[in-house]
Amino acid sequence: MTINEKQDEIVESFELFDEPLDKTQYIIDLGKKLPAMDGKYKTEDHLIKGCQSKVWLGAELKGDRLYFYGDGEPEAQIAKGLISMLIDVLSGHGPEEIAGADLYFIEKVGMNNLVTSRRAGGLSSMIQRMKQYGEAYARLLA
Amino acid sequence: MTTQKLDIDAVRQQFPILHQQVNGKPLVYFDNAATTQKPKEVIDALSQYYTGYNANIHRGIHTLAEKATSAFEATRSAFRTFLNAAGTEEIILTYGTTDGINLVAQTFGRSFIGKGDEILISTMEHHSNIVPWQMLCEVNGCVLKVIPVDESGELDMAAFENLLSDRTRLVSVVHASNALGTINPITEIIRKAHHVGAKVLVDGAQAASHLTIDVQALDVDFYVLSLHKMYGPTGVGVLYGKKDLLNSMPPYRGGGEMIKEVTFAKTTYNDLPYKFEAGTPNIADVVAARTAITFIESLGKDRIAAHELSLLQYATDALQGIDGLRVIGTAKNKVSVLSFVIKGVHHQDLAVILDQQGIAVRTGHHCTQPLMQRFDITGTTRASFAVYNTTAEIDRLREGVERAVKMLK
Repeated sequence: MTINEKQDEIVESFELFDEPLDKTQYIIDLGKKLPAMDGKYKTEDHLIKGCQSKVWLGAELKGDRLYFYGDGEPEAQIAKGLISMLIDVLSGHGPEEIAGADLYFIEKVGMNNLVTSRRAGGLSSMIQRMKQYGEAYARLLA
Repeated sequence: MTTQKLDIDAVRQQFPILHQQVNGKPLVYFDNAATTQKPKEVIDALSQYYTGYNANIHRGIHTLAEKATSAFEATRSAFRTFLNAAGTEEIILTYGTTDGINLVAQTFGRSFIGKGDEILISTMEHHSNIVPWQMLCEVNGCVLKVIPVDESGELDMAAFENLLSDRTRLVSVVHASNALGTINPITEIIRKAHHVGAKVLVDGAQAASHLTIDVQALDVDFYVLSLHKMYGPTGVGVLYGKKDLLNSMPPYRGGGEMIKEVTFAKTTYNDLPYKFEAGTPNIADVVAARTAITFIESLGKDRIAAHELSLLQYATDALQGIDGLRVIGTAKNKVSVLSFVIKGVHHQDLAVILDQQGIAVRTGHHCTQPLMQRFDITGTTRASFAVYNTTAEIDRLREGVERAVKMLK
């Protein structure tokens, strides 16, 4: 599935929700299901600045595909849900594709409205970090 | 003392902003410690100033300038009465509490606090009452000492007494804590500080709309406050200072209004209070601020306080039943601030879910990071109540928190 197909799938599933709280519950549940991250990534280097709660993000290149791993503080369910959605969309694609991805699903599902502006700062920091990984590995592969 | 209860419905009618839906639900505004909402007469006063008599003040000869000047100075007089200062020359108009503290740090601090001298603050200070003193210490080598806070959120007064010494030049403490609600025993603090010859600054940002303040009875040296936390506009504050002390301090910012005469050889400075008011001030907001004072006085501070304390008690009782909830700040004397944490719930997540239910609270460290470290937490959820809040709104908060907990756990 391409990045855009994945985004369309998420947008479609969010359309089933009438209430904003149901969307939030969905994101919380994603956060709860986020697999625990390998301890080697839980370092200061992998901490994303700009998030109110702690969020770590790591990446690994397997062949020509980039895979992401993320985690948050145990209690920070929404932040973990957000990182889980981003990983779901971007992980397993080519670095160049990740770096150039247009993440339109965020606005379409109202993720930006679900988070406060300060947390949105955190959300954009997460996206920025993932794209930076994409750019760096794309250069490596070039 | 006024004993008749307030008609809260009538009070609410004066606040247009409260009558709106947020995320499809009627707004519940519990972020009053950050800023209160403004009654219609304050909003109208701003509009009337700009539509009727906007002009630069003090030097203009024309009618509009006279009118603006007299409205501006009328606010200063209202503050003098509000704080019971001895004279209007002791009322310096600032841009807010932070501005007032920085003024004292950069004038009194630079002139009268030297290398090795000590400044006492407390663990519960807002960053605004920490950082200006750290900046001063970096420049002139003075030493910052900190009064600890106990588990209930009260100052350790025995430790305070032990910290006082003949090196103490200034004690700068908050009157009421923005994060905990604790009301500090400032009368005792001022008396004991004066005993060792130290001056006292009281940060009244959270106290001024709730407590009666008589600067002469307190014998406080400096008292600072912000109007936007008192139903007034943003960008207006007061620095009260004792006249002799203010006279002994050099000016703060240089520019217009604060001078008497300027030549390239020498500038002589204006008299109090203008010496500390360089540049065109925030005239419109200062003018409108008077109506905020009138609003508070028309309701009566004792009646406002009685209502707010009943809300605090109601909210404390209502929320304490929630599984895993712990109130941070259980001092005997509190203003209407209720800070709490819930086991297994991140405060940011709680705020997002409450907001979706139309409930505005504040979460995070409340610009008191050392205090959060003291309680070994990263932040709290804070509900703070003003005169227009109701017990029905607190019921909504309880329901909202319960729903959030259910979603998150």
